[in-house]
Amino acid sequence: MAKTAQLDTSKHAEQRSPAREALHHLMRHRSARAGMVILGLLILMAIFAEVISPYDPTELLKDVKRREPPCIHILGCPADKPEHIFGTDGNSRDLFSRVVFGSRLSLQVGIITMFFAILIGLIIGAVAGFAGGWLDNLLMRFMDVLMAFPSLLLSIAIVSVLGIGLINALLAIGIVSIPRFARLVRSTVLSVKEMEYVQAARALGASPLHILFKRILPNAITPLIVQGTLGIATAILDAAALSFLGLGAEPPRPEWGLMLSEERNSIFSAPHLVFFPGLFIMLTVLGFNLLGDGLRDALDPRLSRSSAA
Amino acid sequence: MSQMTGALDSKMDLLVVKNLKKYFPVKAGVFQRVVAHVQAVDDVSFAIKAGETLGLVGESGCGKTTIGRTILRLIEPTSGQAFFNGEDVFALKGDRLKAARRNMQIIFQDPYASLDPRVPIGDSVLEGLQIHQVGNKKDRYDLAREMLHKVGLEDFHARRYPHEFSGGQRQRIGIARALALRPKFIVCDEPVSALDVSIQSQVLNLLKDLQEEFELTYLFIAHNLSVVEHISDRVAVMYLGKMVELAARDELFLHPLHPYTRALMSAIPIPDPELKRERTILKGDVPSPLNPPRGCRFHPRCPIAVERCGQEEPPFLEHAPGHWAACWLAGK
Repeated sequence: MAKTAQLDTSKHAEQRSPAREALHHLMRHRSARAGMVILGLLILMAIFAEVISPYDPTELLKDVKRREPPCIHILGCPADKPEHIFGTDGNSRDLFSRVVFGSRLSLQVGIITMFFAILIGLIIGAVAGFAGGWLDNLLMRFMDVLMAFPSLLLSIAIVSVLGIGLINALLAIGIVSIPRFARLVRSTVLSVKEMEYVQAARALGASPLHILFKRILPNAITPLIVQGTLGIATAILDAAALSFLGLGAEPPRPEWGLMLSEERNSIFSAPHLVFFPGLFIMLTVLGFNLLGDGLRDALDPRLSRSSAA
Repeated sequence: MSQMTGALDSKMDLLVVKNLKKYFPVKAGVFQRVVAHVQAVDDVSFAIKAGETLGLVGESGCGKTTIGRTILRLIEPTSGQAFFNGEDVFALKGDRLKAARRNMQIIFQDPYASLDPRVPIGDSVLEGLQIHQVGNKKDRYDLAREMLHKVGLEDFHARRYPHEFSGGQRQRIGIARALALRPKFIVCDEPVSALDVSIQSQVLNLLKDLQEEFELTYLFIAHNLSVVEHISDRVAVMYLGKMVELAARDELFLHPLHPYTRALMSAIPIPDPELKRERTILKGDVPSPLNPPRGCRFHPRCPIAVERCGQEEPPFLEHAPGHWAACWLAGK
């Protein structure tokens, strides 16, 4: 009887891998849930952009006459043009369609730059932390140099060298974010390296690469996920800023920062034209920040361990 | 000291450590200049016979753990030699070092830090077998399962994660991992000092049973003399990087020669309030290994020190058969 009871608990316990446990904590975390809802909606919006938006985001609508702004359908626009929910911008394009397509661009920007930055940062940090010595010094001093510049200034400089364009802007933002990840990975590698289970693997005869990939990096990845999520928010903001300054996405593209920049002169006459792109930038950044905070709490080994014990 | 290892029968010695030194450099300043050395282990020699347990005791920071880890090459020695089955472990490289590691394993002190939190414990036990490609996949699984049974765990435990186990269970998992490769020699680095007293004897008895079954040789590091008395055949006492006394267990406990050993013994609690005894209470703290005292390293705290102790370092000599001590006053 006692035996079967034990087996039952074991079946339940088998599900409790650290990853599952973290997910469980994440689902219970209020701000993480809010972040996931916001991001979920944004992602759906990005995926189904063609279905949702009534117009092509770059199409110039010839039959639209300029109207007394603000003319937004949701504020009670005249009944003859009900289809422009957010109104039309200065080039007579449907703002709603542009905002919807903008989500696609912004999420791509955030995720691609962070993927790039994390990958390079991970390699640099892991090499520096694991190898140590002069290589560590060399890499980290270089990272310090990168970090010494204000990030936006440095990305402007990089874009001016590489040339204006969205791809170059992404590259610039990615490069600017590398040092943060490199430092983070290096510090976790340094602390995990001294753990007894790493020593145990060495005593078993594991090769340095085995130790690095099987023991150290999996345990160093957690803070990286948190920083990466928060980093996506910063990257989206930076990309919008670069586009606003005319160094990122080029005009016909529906980029939120660019949209702000194009309509900034009509902020008093037609505030909705800057309000909606700005609102969506804010929502996206908020979503990633909330999720990042939640992840930090959920993945914190101290919290999950104390509740598991 | 070389005269000591010469006196022992080298045929029976599984491990012979000669003049082992480990100095950790202390770096400071912008250019990380080496400003001093921590003399963690300073010229220590000893031998362990096949099948015996050598207890290694001393205060925290006296170099016990460093000795254990240097022998396993987890820390590189500054100088000295360690012969395992006649092969100098410190000279091994690459594949030969890897092969040697099959025969030498370690059990760690902290059962919480010695298991990877992201790996089910069955995989931890399997790891060594996989690294050394022992048999085929099924053989390895069978061996790992057998090891888990040996330490009192069941099959279904294998898929669980370390945080689901108690400290004593984790320590037994650590033992299973160390034994999976069927090593000959195991460094037990304070394997019970992090455990509840009630669990300690359980783990100690398990270690004893396994020693019998697999003909293991232990270097048992501890700071608790009662634990060492329970498990060891011979006991070595260390103070500040030096070995001060080495003798068979009963000999050491009945006739300690070194004043430091006597002080340690008098600190063993006796569960009898009626019993009165003389206690030697050491004054002061352990001096810094950065700058150890001249002469005998123990002399500033020694209750019986004479003038000579502060000037000349006492040699590690055999005062009775098999009983070594480094004290000018030993036997007087």
